[in-house]
Amino acid sequence: MNFQDLFYYFFNIRVFIDTLPDLLQGLVVTIEIAALSLILGFVLGLILAVIRVAVKRPRNLLIIRLLNIPIALYVDVLRSIPPLVILIVVYYALPYIGMLIPRFWSAVLTFVVILSAFSEEIFRAGIEAIDRGQIEAARSLGLSYIKTMSYVVIPQAFRIALPPMTSRMIAITKDVSLASVIGVADVLKKARAAQAFLANPTPLFSAALLFTILFLPLVRLSMYLEKKLAE
Amino acid sequence: MEALIHNFFNVEIMYKAKYLLWLGFKVTLQLSFVSLIFAILVGLLLAFVRSFRNRFINVLIIIYVDLFRALPTIILFMLVYFAWPYFGISLPRYWSAVVALTINGAAYFEEIFRAGIEAIDEGQREAARALGLSFPQTMFSVVLPQAIVVVLPPATSNSLELIKTTVLASVIALPELMKQAQQAHGFFANPTPLIAAALIFLAFLWPLVRLVGVLERKYKQA
Repeated sequence: MNFQDLFYYFFNIRVFIDTLPDLLQGLVVTIEIAALSLILGFVLGLILAVIRVAVKRPRNLLIIRLLNIPIALYVDVLRSIPPLVILIVVYYALPYIGMLIPRFWSAVLTFVVILSAFSEEIFRAGIEAIDRGQIEAARSLGLSYIKTMSYVVIPQAFRIALPPMTSRMIAITKDVSLASVIGVADVLKKARAAQAFLANPTPLFSAALLFTILFLPLVRLSMYLEKKLAE
Repeated sequence: MEALIHNFFNVEIMYKAKYLLWLGFKVTLQLSFVSLIFAILVGLLLAFVRSFRNRFINVLIIIYVDLFRALPTIILFMLVYFAWPYFGISLPRYWSAVVALTINGAAYFEEIFRAGIEAIDEGQREAARALGLSFPQTMFSVVLPQAIVVVLPPATSNSLELIKTTVLASVIALPELMKQAQQAHGFFANPTPLIAAALIFLAFLWPLVRLVGVLERKYKQA
């Protein structure tokens, strides 16, 4: 092994330039899946968290309080099973019972449900960290439950939830690269195809490079937020 | 409903596939265990080295940690298994998976252990020694009880993530649980093995998910 080989195989400029447009196309697909999953996942997670907190109020009827159980079950199941397993079940198993979902949307669906489970926990922890006295004060000032939630509790809970949200955001976006396993034409799929076609692993390194450029600022940001909020 | 049972919970297929799934489960367990130990050891070592505050070495460690926290693990598996052979390093599937999981896991464990080390003020150790406690006494009754509070919840949660990540070994065709399930799915043309694999993971990891929740609540605001 000498340096020439190293550059030929790993950092081949020609291969890098030739395959870059294709990889960038793949990157667009990755970012599309990530953006859709993040928006829908966080919204669904927030809704679940609010429902769960509302349902658990002690003055509710027992039957309503029991609604807590299916949500808790949903969250635990999705946090226990590895994302790749969920993705494969969605794409390969659901068609047998008549639910044929295209690759792209299988990936989005998978990451939305997983993220909603994780963010439900994050938001609920945020909501529960707000002092009960604030809710009581808001209610006694005449705000309705919904208004108390949306003007008093959730804005504060959001701040508490921010650091775990960013780190979960990174984790989910990294998982999006799993979509290549079911054949979504994302960066990794394109890189694997180019690597096999050219018998040169440079595209894999380009893909790694693209991901690193995409995530390094986010990793730093999440560390910064964690430190800032710990102060 | 009948289609659902026939396709997802088919007892006959389940029975036929059980041996394959059992083989796969054993590989998953072994892979999880070995990688977890390596990742924890390497993470501990890096955190320890970092605590000496040599500027040059610390920059290298920070680059390592940031890089592998930013890189999707599936790419790491592919680099180790598909790209290293061009470089003359050809590892078998199993060890490729162990290496990838260790490199990735150690980056997270380093951060966790560092936080644990930094949580205890130097002065406490000096005070304990000055009061006449021996080094082991200082470690076991002063330093470790405090460090564990900081380290245990994230370390458990990270171990869970690492075990979940072992599924990616199926991408490099290591015959672990998911790979076996996919093969059985192809062979019997019935997705019951996939559902079974998902249920096995659920049964195996759910207690861990609960444990993480319990620890996080117990050591909150430590």
